[in-house]
Amino acid sequence: MKVRNLPILATLALFIIMFGAGSIAFTGFFSVQNFLNLFIDNAYLLILAVGMTFVIISGGIDLSVGSMLALSTMVSSSLLEKSHLSPVLVIPIVLAMGTALGLFMGYIIQTFNLPPFIITLAGLYLARGLCYVVSIDTIAINNEFWKGVAHSTINLIGNNSVSPSVIIAVAVVLAGLFMARYTKFGRTVYAIGGNEQSAILMGLPVGSTKIAIYALSGFCSALAGIVFTFYTLSGYALNGKGMELDAIATVVIGGTLLTGGAGNLLGTVLGVLVYGIIQVLIMFQGTLNSWWTRIVIGFLVFLFCLLQRIFESGKNAALAKGRAGQAPKAQAAS
Amino acid sequence: MLAWKRLSRSKIIWPLITLGILMLFNLFFTPHFFRIEMLEGHLFGNLIDILKNGAPIMILAIGLTLVIATHGIDISVGSVVAISAGVVAMLIGGDLAGHPKYPLAFAMGAALVACTAAGMWNGMLVSWIGMQPIIATLILFVAGRGIAMVTTNAMVIWLYVKPFALLGQGYLFGLPFSLYIVAFLLLVTYLATRRTALGMFIEAVGINPTATRFAGINAKSILFWCYAFSGFCAGVSGLVVCSTVMSADGNNAGNLAELDAILAVVLGGTSLSGGRFFLLGSMVGALIIQTLTTTIYAFNVAPEIAQVVKALVVYGVSLLQSESFRARVAGVFGRREVAA
Repeated sequence: MKVRNLPILATLALFIIMFGAGSIAFTGFFSVQNFLNLFIDNAYLLILAVGMTFVIISGGIDLSVGSMLALSTMVSSSLLEKSHLSPVLVIPIVLAMGTALGLFMGYIIQTFNLPPFIITLAGLYLARGLCYVVSIDTIAINNEFWKGVAHSTINLIGNNSVSPSVIIAVAVVLAGLFMARYTKFGRTVYAIGGNEQSAILMGLPVGSTKIAIYALSGFCSALAGIVFTFYTLSGYALNGKGMELDAIATVVIGGTLLTGGAGNLLGTVLGVLVYGIIQVLIMFQGTLNSWWTRIVIGFLVFLFCLLQRIFESGKNAALAKGRAGQAPKAQAAS
Repeated sequence: MLAWKRLSRSKIIWPLITLGILMLFNLFFTPHFFRIEMLEGHLFGNLIDILKNGAPIMILAIGLTLVIATHGIDISVGSVVAISAGVVAMLIGGDLAGHPKYPLAFAMGAALVACTAAGMWNGMLVSWIGMQPIIATLILFVAGRGIAMVTTNAMVIWLYVKPFALLGQGYLFGLPFSLYIVAFLLLVTYLATRRTALGMFIEAVGINPTATRFAGINAKSILFWCYAFSGFCAGVSGLVVCSTVMSADGNNAGNLAELDAILAVVLGGTSLSGGRFFLLGSMVGALIIQTLTTTIYAFNVAPEIAQVVKALVVYGVSLLQSESFRARVAGVFGRREVAA
């Protein structure tokens, strides 16, 4: 067993325990369909989290994802219902918009060497404000294609089924896994997170990669917004409020280090499953209101960050031990 | 002449100029902007409104200035405002006859304790656990709204206890009462940081925490108390907000307050990369934000859309604080003064 897989195994154990506890406590909890529902209900979050994983591995942060998702739902519903554009045009326009906004933020962060959190925090408010510029009211979607996608199901083995959104989300995860492991872009992302200075000295395209990371996150947010409208069939400016923490939480619970340099998309998938199971457990429990989900998620982020710190200090101690003869003082200082 | 030279070198001149430009704009484009009337012994007018409505942001900005000076950030302040309002409203209760459930002082004290505890939680995460401030405070930024909603049972609580209205709506010697709270907090913070070595310690932590620790200063404890103080300030601000509208709404109390407060501090000349901080500058920054908000409303723009303008201001100010941006602008103009 590799040490670096420990956080993911902890998440897996957490998921199994929670699913097991739910199955024992509530009748009708344990079923394959209930497991698949976790993907159906959180497909949009999975897509957001994929973009976020790349951002966090690179040592950055993107706080704008929740508002970007809302903006994407608003623009797509407005273009469909008010401008009566065909979905063939709407989807590329929305995706291009998300990518462009991400590109814009990435460009500012990289070119002017500004902290990502403040630029994406401003992006959070900018995108949320733009939602209201589009419309203050909810826009219901009556487009045939959209309704078709929303209501169709894809049968798997037995009587179990998933929605098309799940297929999109799984495709995004697979594409992300491929990018992270087998492309120059992916390796550069890990290198930047490990040590940006070294990455520059190695001659890696750090600047363009950093901009591309935020553009990718913008693209994922826009796609997640479209998937979200498949789920709700409407655009609403308050959609996705606080979802930036959900996305960051799933990534952190999935074992990606907040300091960057290490992480795995499969862990993020597990993180989304844990998030989903918390929601389902609170729903089954019945007496707690849905705001408890936010509180529990906040607490889990805290727990996993604590775990990461302990894990890191353990690793540093091991490193210091290994180099005991050479420079014990330098290690102790860091 | 000497006074002018000192003023032009000090950092406060830029926020003052910005505020002046905004005021000038209003002088020409907003009718009756500068009119102040005396009604029933109280001063009324746009300028007084700016001071009064700006008070909650000014209070937040006092605490946040210290946090940002340590090279940190606290984005949970808006949610802590909601917690403060929620706790005080829950303890006072929505009795229509105006009888508080618990004594007012107890309710307000409990709210302040809860908010200081929230700040201590942030401080603990940042200083002892060593989380990045943005992540540490993001937890309460989101979960705090959840806590506020749970305390008010996801309902808006309306208050009818008359004396409580003094904080946000009352007047003393013709001026809004909330201004005296701001002045008191500002004075205490100013004396504590500038008449003792505390302010220098905070700046030292912001510039180089390791060196500060080696110099024998307990950097972690300073970090911790800065966040705790920010939580306390958010609590005070929450009481004022709750008293102004006489209700506690977990969703809307302190909504976007973190954006306004961060902007106020940054506009006031305190850099997001820590170090030197300017309490008075932050106050001017808060007034700039409130004037901007009032101006935007005067043009009949929906409050929700105003945040687009504010977000653009954040971009502008961040760019001005960026070394490489200033170097570029200087390069374009071929002059060194611009970069300075």
